Amino acid sequence: MASSTAGAHDHPKGLRRFLFSTNHKDIGTLYLILAVIGGLVGMLMSVAIRAELMHPGISVFPGLAQMLYGADPSMATDAGKNLYNVFITAHGVLMIFFMVMPALMGGFANWFVPIMIGAPDMAFPRLNNISFWFLAVSLILLVMSMFVEGAPGMMGFGGGWVFYPPLSSNIGHPGPAMDFVILSLHLAGASSILGSINFITTIFNMRAPGMTLHKMPLFAWAMLVTAFLLVLTLPVLAGAITMLLTDRNFGTMFYDPAGGGDPLLFQHLFWFFGHPEVYVLILPAFGLISHIVSTFSKKPVFGYLGMAYAMVCIGFLGCIVWAHHMYTVGLSLNAQRYFVFATMVIAVPTGIKIFSWIATMWGGSISFRAPMIWAIGFIFVFTMGGVTGVVLANASVDRQLHETYYVVAHFHYTMSLGAVFGVFAGFYYWFPKMTGYLYNETLSKLHFLVLFVGVNLTFFPQHFLGLAGMPRRYIDYPDAFSSWNYLSSLGAFIGAFSMLVFFYTVIEAFMKKRYAGYNPWGSGATTLEWTLPSPPPFHQFETLPRITGAEHQ
Amino acid sequence: MSTDTRQLFSRGASLMALALPLILSAGLALAQVEGQPAPGGVGLPATVTDVGHDTQFFYNGILLPVITFIAISVLGLLLYVSWRFNENSNPVPSKLTHHTGLEIVWTLVPILILVFISVPSFRLLTKQVEIPEAKVTIKVTGNQWYWSYKYPEDQGGGFGFDQLMKADADLEPGDVRLLSVDNEAVVPVNEVVKLQITAADVIHSFVIPAFSIRMDAVPGRLNETWFRAEKEGVYYGQCSKICGKDHAFMPSAIRVVSREKYEEWLAEAKKKYAAAETPVKLAASEAVR
Repeated sequence: MASSTAGAHDHPKGLRRFLFSTNHKDIGTLYLILAVIGGLVGMLMSVAIRAELMHPGISVFPGLAQMLYGADPSMATDAGKNLYNVFITAHGVLMIFFMVMPALMGGFANWFVPIMIGAPDMAFPRLNNISFWFLAVSLILLVMSMFVEGAPGMMGFGGGWVFYPPLSSNIGHPGPAMDFVILSLHLAGASSILGSINFITTIFNMRAPGMTLHKMPLFAWAMLVTAFLLVLTLPVLAGAITMLLTDRNFGTMFYDPAGGGDPLLFQHLFWFFGHPEVYVLILPAFGLISHIVSTFSKKPVFGYLGMAYAMVCIGFLGCIVWAHHMYTVGLSLNAQRYFVFATMVIAVPTGIKIFSWIATMWGGSISFRAPMIWAIGFIFVFTMGGVTGVVLANASVDRQLHETYYVVAHFHYTMSLGAVFGVFAGFYYWFPKMTGYLYNETLSKLHFLVLFVGVNLTFFPQHFLGLAGMPRRYIDYPDAFSSWNYLSSLGAFIGAFSMLVFFYTVIEAFMKKRYAGYNPWGSGATTLEWTLPSPPPFHQFETLPRITGAEHQ
Repeated sequence: MSTDTRQLFSRGASLMALALPLILSAGLALAQVEGQPAPGGVGLPATVTDVGHDTQFFYNGILLPVITFIAISVLGLLLYVSWRFNENSNPVPSKLTHHTGLEIVWTLVPILILVFISVPSFRLLTKQVEIPEAKVTIKVTGNQWYWSYKYPEDQGGGFGFDQLMKADADLEPGDVRLLSVDNEAVVPVNEVVKLQITAADVIHSFVIPAFSIRMDAVPGRLNETWFRAEKEGVYYGQCSKICGKDHAFMPSAIRVVSREKYEEWLAEAKKKYAAAETPVKLAASEAVR
């Protein structure tokens, strides 16, 4: 494809190409860059958190507070304690809204959903542009919130990514920091809603002739379910935080018992969004793992329809289990019984997915290229996170483990290992397609090895800490918890080191320029993106492909 | 070669199966002092309530074996598939994409496992939530960043006090850093104690791991939970809902004593806190406003 001077179509260049981009691939690239920035900052925060927790006592954060805010040395300890809370909050928000979502949904889905369904672009290219820029501005607002007053005399909002009032209302954080966070979330939410509308319309209306829903690739299925989850639940979050905003600024009392409001109302609304949100993070990974497993086993996906409808089922169930995050708020016995039951049911479709991936590999001819290694790693760590989820689903045991490091270990096994392994699996799978270059296999496998060792060492001991009762969001802990915390911190540093391997792998690939060709993965890669050159032309499928069989699933 | 690998694998698996309960019991054996975390512990802490014993049985006896079995099975399957179906040992892939029988099995078996889990789960849940008739009722209020307790008049109380963490400088031998407090709450052994929990400012959460109790302290709401401690001692907990800068520094401590000692303490506490309470409380709240 002649991408040099003016070709058949007008190709905007430089700043115009990216700032005003309406091209799904360029916007996807922008999202991926944003995800790298968000992920890098979020990871550095987690390194600071683990450095603090490496030994009992408070050591790192007072110094950090002095560096960041020029806090007075006499106030440094208090500023440090507050900064720690700000960091755990920002770490969560960054990793969810500015790393995993932009990578899987903004990046990979923008790049590959249109191609996989044989469409020239997304349905609403300009909407796609504004979705991205909303998110970029949202990130700026979030960062700004860290440099304005939150709790009296303190900078930033430090109340956890769940923003429970009254801690997030004027009682806990009267300063404007929380208002910045709310506006940031409004923009991130609007960005995701617009993006989701775009995906739903694209998938429903722009599939190539002959590609029925039941012949559509599983990644597109995953994005369809994800987009519906976001469209259904984000408005609820938007409503919840708008009420918080009016509570804070205009004297309403939605969440203030003094005025007849209820703090628990916020928790119900938040988790009505928050629980589906965790499936928003993992479903796209489910989709792309299916493609990777199938590609490198050189076999079609086992139980395609079961896989697609398991995701639909997970999405539906994900919307009706929110209060399992609230077993200890004083729910009635019957409410707890219902949420235990509904939550446990999710294990069934999730099990179907795990077993179907293994069955896809069964009888295959597996080549252990880097994406496949990441995918196998994903299946294992996600299973680990899944089984502890079954434990926590039981309200009776959650009474012992809620808000402890057991929960931290559980959701990091599903997210920090699961979703992140999905991100890297997808990255190494599609990198040759997106850039046109092959990366060094050995380096990418080394990246896997270092990250796998690092994150497992970080999070496995946290199960023990949680069982023993160490609460989460603690800057300091009783000395009895020190040995596992030490190991966990070592693991985090190893995990952080793996990022250097990652960046080196990427830079090396761009420098060596090993051309990938149409399809570097061989006969197993059957979806439509592998029928295009790498990188694909600026506008693909000017003549729509005609799908006859199930060969592009 | 293959038999060797297989032998090695099965030997490894049986070693793992042997080691797991060993590690667990080692963790439990280390937990010598009830009421506070044991150094390097890998399991649930020692418990002193009936609900706690049931929780331990449910986790250690049912959930942990089930999830360990599932995780090791999936790992085993992944390793087996990787070894048996890699492109060297299986160059020609099969075209198998459906097997209805298999799909029914891997839907039904998890359902059966979940049903098996849910029976003890629901029984324990009911036991935790339904509060038996209590002889002692205490009102616990979460504040930024300490707990306060009120003992009702009609049970020999009629006083209240605040419980603050001891600063490092005030620690005496036998105290635990970050857990020991200035005023312990005292309850009688082997009697049902009902806690009424609320908060004055933001949400906190009252937890005593050794009793297996956890209840959020929510402003404008009076939550209830209960325990019956079987053994005398001091039992610590830590606030478990993020509540601001000193979230990590508001422990709770409950001392369980005999009925006689409890009565003595009530009498003493009535004098001590009645004298201290009124002016201190007023002064404090004036200062805030």
